Amino acid sequence: MSEIATRVAPPLPTATEKLKFYGMWVTAAVVLVLLPHVFGSGGSLTTFSLIGISIIFSLSYNILLGQTGLLSFGPAVYYGLGGFLVIHAINIIGANKLPIPLPVIPLIGGLTGLLFAALLGWVSTKRSGTAFAMISLGVAELIASSALILRTFFGGEAGVSANRTKLFKLFGFSFGPQIQIYYLVAAWTLIAVIAMYALTRTPLGRMCNAVRDNPERVQFVGYNPHVVRYLAFCFSGFFAGIAGALAAINFEIANSAYLGAAQSVTVLFATYIGGIGFFIGPIVGAIFVTFVSLGLSDLTQVWQLYFGLIFIAVVLFAPGGITGLLMMHRPLLRAGTLPQVLPSYLEALMPTLAMLAGLVLALETIVHYTVNPGDDSHIKAFGISFDAASPYIWAMSAVLLVGGFLVARKSWVRVGEAWDKAGAVPREEDVTA
Amino acid sequence: MSAAIELREIKKSFGNIPILRDINLSVAQGERHALIGPNGAGKSTTFNLISGYFAPTSGTVKLRGEVVSGLPPYQINRRGLSRSFQVTNVFANMSVWENLRCAVLWSTGQRYAFWKNIDNLPEVRERTAQILSDIHLVARRDVPAGLLTYAEQRALEIGITVAGGADVILLDEPTAGMSHAETERAVALIRRLTEGRTLLIVEHDMSVVFGLADRISVLVYGQIIASGTPQEIRGNPKVKEAYLGEEAA
Repeated sequence: MSEIATRVAPPLPTATEKLKFYGMWVTAAVVLVLLPHVFGSGGSLTTFSLIGISIIFSLSYNILLGQTGLLSFGPAVYYGLGGFLVIHAINIIGANKLPIPLPVIPLIGGLTGLLFAALLGWVSTKRSGTAFAMISLGVAELIASSALILRTFFGGEAGVSANRTKLFKLFGFSFGPQIQIYYLVAAWTLIAVIAMYALTRTPLGRMCNAVRDNPERVQFVGYNPHVVRYLAFCFSGFFAGIAGALAAINFEIANSAYLGAAQSVTVLFATYIGGIGFFIGPIVGAIFVTFVSLGLSDLTQVWQLYFGLIFIAVVLFAPGGITGLLMMHRPLLRAGTLPQVLPSYLEALMPTLAMLAGLVLALETIVHYTVNPGDDSHIKAFGISFDAASPYIWAMSAVLLVGGFLVARKSWVRVGEAWDKAGAVPREEDVTA
Repeated sequence: MSAAIELREIKKSFGNIPILRDINLSVAQGERHALIGPNGAGKSTTFNLISGYFAPTSGTVKLRGEVVSGLPPYQINRRGLSRSFQVTNVFANMSVWENLRCAVLWSTGQRYAFWKNIDNLPEVRERTAQILSDIHLVARRDVPAGLLTYAEQRALEIGITVAGGADVILLDEPTAGMSHAETERAVALIRRLTEGRTLLIVEHDMSVVFGLADRISVLVYGQIIASGTPQEIRGNPKVKEAYLGEEAA
């Protein structure tokens, strides 16, 4: 390395930094191995498997949204087709007793996703922005509706099922029990996460960022933004296909829901709520959204409504997502001014929670009167029983909602002030640095 | 030896409105050539035609003897022509280092590689470091380009333009909006970075034009009315009337 590069270029990672980096992945692997020993119930193993699948799918989606700046409304196409192909593949392999074990089957899903992305992506990636979003939506609707029409392949409403235990057994694993499926999903999740992280560190990965920031200028440094977008689309399709394959293996069925708009929207939510600006964001989002959707559906009948409200709140108030919110605090943590803002958070917490409680009461009451007006008015939401017909409850809801909002609004201003004060220090340091 | 850039009978209309009427222009290899003219004369349109942003309505653009009109911008860039923009046009969310590195990648043969670690490419690292130091932004290496000062962004704009090592450089008003001191520094930078290369520059600041250019062409209402050395242009009555005269008055 020449003198100028050593002097001017960002320093190459030292041995300790490299060790830390690889240590992180090893730690992740160890955590994945140990997780079932801490939470061993069938329910938590299923939850972990779903989270793993969601992590791969969300990260694959972020190759488009966060890395390349492409808003797609149809990622479920590649996820779903991967799932369907894998179900058919398991049936064919099982029937013909081919020597292909289950652990390599997700590759079939990945290649399916890649193939369809390669076929359908060339036209849609010609443009970014609205044109791309609209074409992705059109393709998604086309594929989703053909799932109900082409019954021989997609199995109509019932879908297609398969028996994953009928395959060639490698080292005696039958993949019947959920614990074996968990380890299969965990291994593929780790591989896919590492592969997608590595992709961001390549010339193509960096040009994806450049295309996101300024596709016009990219053309004047020798790159065709269409090709960059197309390749990103293909990679995204490949990993989405792997996620769909794992889902199909997990449930032993693929149906039209795999391909539908709800599936696409869920991954969009997970990715965006987690934060599209950081590699780890979609991982955080996948974990959060899987837990919340499983948890909320037990607590309330209209969990999707709350889910939507969370999404709107993130778009409006935290466009960087959960990860963005956390990362905002890094400069304060470095400058040691984080303790200055924490009291204002506590202060804001109470009125904000009161406001949210009022909102929940109001929503659940409205749901009672609009969705099931004939039922008993003593309803239960979030584990709390109350009488939706009682004027006291209505009054309480109004007081909490309005009063909470008025007080909370003041406390939010205080948070902003505390932030300005705490943030001033790192900013000054930045100028002098 | 064929000219670095040659425009022959170039016409360009948007709808029914002719912007360029009949442009004939030849820039020799290694020459620093300035394109001047009043606002709306078609200077930026000429740049857009040469760099492939638009195709001409008729006529041909040749780069070192090879016809490039009708090719997309990235094809022209790969043939060794690079341009800057009048309005700063950088990768705003990426650091200065990342900006310059993206501009180096194609010319070092990385293409769309997804199997190489970007931090493990010594040639890319070397050239990026060289350009970074050339444009004096070493201290701002890790700052997102969108947060740079105006003059720094203009320097980065020039850095991105020359980073790929193109030997024909087009600069569109590189000193627009700069203070006197900043302009002087920018001109020194341009002079140094385009050493041994062909330069075509659009500029409004006459001291920059006459200080930098070997030859000057004057574009008025979509036509080149004169081409020559700075002395010839200064003495040309048509130019005086159409352009310099107004400035002097």
